[in-house]
Amino acid sequence: MPQLQSPAPRDRTSASAHRATSRRAFLKAGATAGGGLLLSFSIPMLTKAAARGTQPASSDRLNAFVSIEPDNSVTIVAKNPEIGQGIKTMLPMLIAEELDVDWPQVRITQADLNPALYGRQFAGGSMATPLNWDPMRRVGAAARQMLVMAAALGWNVPERECTTASGKVHHAPSSRVLSYGALAGQAAKLRPPALSGVRLKDPRNYRIIGHPVRGIDSPLVVRGAPLFGIDVEVPGMLHAVFEKCPVFGGKVRSANLDAIRKFPGVRHAFVVPGGSALDGLLPGIAIVADRWWHADKARQQLKVVWDEGATAEQSSAGFARQAAQLGQREPRTILHREGDAARALAGAARTVEAAYSYPFIAHATLEPMNCTAHVQGDKAEIWAPTQNPEPGRRLVAQTLGLDERDITVHMTRIGGGFGRRLRNDYMVEAAWISKVAGAPVKLLWNRPDDMHHDFYRPAGWHFLKGGVDADGRLIAWQQHFISFGADGEFAPSAGLKADTYPARRVPNLTYGATLMPFGIPTGPLRAPGDNALAFVFQSFIDEMAHAAGQDPLSFQLALLGKPELLPGDGKGFDTGRAHTVLRKVGEISAWGKRTLPPRTGMGVAFYYSHLGYFAEVVDATVARDGTVTVNKVWAVGDVGSHVINPIAAENITQGGILDGFGEALNQQITIEKGRVVESNFDGFPPLRMRQAAPIEVQFVTTDNAPTGLGEPPLPAAIPALCNAIFAATGKRIRNLPIDPALLKA
Amino acid sequence: MQYTLQINGSAHRVDVDEDMPLLWVLRDELGLKGTKFGCGAGLCGACTVHLDGAPARACQTPVSQVGKSAVTTIEGIGATPAGARVQQAWLDVDVVQCGYCQAGQIMSATALLMQNSHPSDVDIVAAMDGNICRCGTYLRIQRAIHQAAGSQLGETVTKRKA
Repeated sequence: MPQLQSPAPRDRTSASAHRATSRRAFLKAGATAGGGLLLSFSIPMLTKAAARGTQPASSDRLNAFVSIEPDNSVTIVAKNPEIGQGIKTMLPMLIAEELDVDWPQVRITQADLNPALYGRQFAGGSMATPLNWDPMRRVGAAARQMLVMAAALGWNVPERECTTASGKVHHAPSSRVLSYGALAGQAAKLRPPALSGVRLKDPRNYRIIGHPVRGIDSPLVVRGAPLFGIDVEVPGMLHAVFEKCPVFGGKVRSANLDAIRKFPGVRHAFVVPGGSALDGLLPGIAIVADRWWHADKARQQLKVVWDEGATAEQSSAGFARQAAQLGQREPRTILHREGDAARALAGAARTVEAAYSYPFIAHATLEPMNCTAHVQGDKAEIWAPTQNPEPGRRLVAQTLGLDERDITVHMTRIGGGFGRRLRNDYMVEAAWISKVAGAPVKLLWNRPDDMHHDFYRPAGWHFLKGGVDADGRLIAWQQHFISFGADGEFAPSAGLKADTYPARRVPNLTYGATLMPFGIPTGPLRAPGDNALAFVFQSFIDEMAHAAGQDPLSFQLALLGKPELLPGDGKGFDTGRAHTVLRKVGEISAWGKRTLPPRTGMGVAFYYSHLGYFAEVVDATVARDGTVTVNKVWAVGDVGSHVINPIAAENITQGGILDGFGEALNQQITIEKGRVVESNFDGFPPLRMRQAAPIEVQFVTTDNAPTGLGEPPLPAAIPALCNAIFAATGKRIRNLPIDPALLKA
Repeated sequence: MQYTLQINGSAHRVDVDEDMPLLWVLRDELGLKGTKFGCGAGLCGACTVHLDGAPARACQTPVSQVGKSAVTTIEGIGATPAGARVQQAWLDVDVVQCGYCQAGQIMSATALLMQNSHPSDVDIVAAMDGNICRCGTYLRIQRAIHQAAGSQLGETVTKRKA
């Protein structure tokens, strides 16, 4: 996810980084309107380097915001967008734990976009946990320390004799106690401590972290409260639809706008000239009406003549043909090479050759893209369900010629992200339409808009050769990846990292790539890259295990070899952690010990994704008509020393695995004549309840800083399912989505 | 056209086109935004409401077809014993991820429990398969329905801070 990369980590010793932290850490105290303590913290944001366990080394700033009222209520600002990952509950948990308050005392409010105050505010890459684990706890600990200082001063006792619990400061020797609310006014007058120096709790005393905390807004959700972007109402608001060329980036030649303007309720109909960048404002026709229904109904009579441009002939079938030809040639670029794969293949006891592919897929969030904007002169106010508001504001500013400081962005709850809402095309569209209409406008896409104008998970083709020696060891791996891009650069989310496992675990290994130019917008989809690559790598490792005549789980454990840190994301890829989750999932699934009915099999897969380690076993049955039924799933994850909110962690892990099954079983976006064929959930079916299976989730904890869960559980689910299908039928799934016709008895 | 709709126990007068779907009458005429737009084609269930207690897709129901039917939406379902039990079970089990589909899920689940007080797993899948959850909360939805079915009417449910 290139747009989420932090600046490259600078080399610093941890001592100098520590000094930098204390230099830059500001904590401002003040009084709330109600006479309580209002703490505003400005501390350096941890970069990805910190997530990797190296040093915080960035000038980015993170800011949390705590206020304590005399009535003892504590309000914590949640700074990041909530897309269902549970971040609005989880980040405040970290503060509340170290603040030492009871969770029911806590109220949470959603921040607006204000990076100067809060640091980066985004939901993506499973980064919120690693980036915020340390600073958010320090925010809470600093607040607690100030309250203790206030109590100690008031009682004229040493601070060290004071303790805290449940939002109160106690002085045991004199049996005195004061609530935080009673101390807040005094604490607000004190000089705040340096965040780097605050004392953090012994994790054995955690009362919130590691305990189940239910979603903070769920009581509102189950009553149907208006929380989402689509629910925004602004006085005087009009409603808009926006029709773009079905061929990406096509321009408007002409349209029957005069006729459209005569339809009931229609206030405006106009051409948006747009540009040619596929992630910017594209050309189209805006229809603005008093009601969305009126705009949508008028749109059904809209007739546009498009200049479809240069990509009107591209198609999925054409890309597949081209990839098949390129796959027979040498790769254009070598990404990684160890030993001599060609020679090792020639000398191998057994070899396997396979071609894998996967299609474009859409995000299909259930809440269609939408945004409400009010542009007035030089200023704009925006209500957006976006995962990435800061680049959205920049895009609006650049496209409309506004100053970013004059644009206010409110972050609404988001009806599903999965990476789609890291892009902000709907935001700039709403802003442009509001500006032309001269009114606040809610732009809402319909489902076909959403499916036809996504940033798709890129399709890919992999041509593989593998070889094992007489002892069954994997000695050769040759892989030619046909992907999309130009000028030697992979298209967004279409890449393959050189250090991807099993690199450095196969003595003779080559990863090569050849890129095809194309004109389709692509972007990150939940576990970007990994959601496709896990299928290829973990299926082919399974193929090699069978070629070696070995049990797939034992084969992979042997392949991982001795525990060590290999190059990779974060601190690196820890083969020991991989070993542990694989062995554990073998145990809990009784791998190799079950007697299974006919056409039923178990498959195992492992993947290291977004700093998390997941091993999964799937038990699946393939009916004689080829229908695949998942019977049961076992998943073991290692996301570090703490599973911060276990009740949410299990939910998102199960959801990630089911999302993987949906991709494997159901989903494909087809391009014909330069446009997307599928328009709704009939052609592009998300997983439904009948396809869901029981999923047993277990976590192992290791001495590593906690990391996120939005992405890591998904990738292994797909190959685990495909490997189970092989175990059940002897048929290898090498192309997604799974085609039941190929699995008939 | 003028219509008088019975929604959540009260009469609401609206003046709209006869083909305007109930979904948009609820959301944009009456400000009842709990009922969600997902597909506009009856494929996802996000817009599920009750017409005389039976589940209906509001995006596929023209206002002219509602007639005298009692419309119940997510904003009103908590006033029914089954709806209140389902909502509480949803909170206890912590079903919600993004939450966008959950109004429709709760409406379908409540309709199921009104007709079948102790549904089997097969009954649950049959009643709920039309409701898509992109976050994949299906396992918890199943558990919450069983839990709601198990709790007795009037039983005090432990209030937990969400």
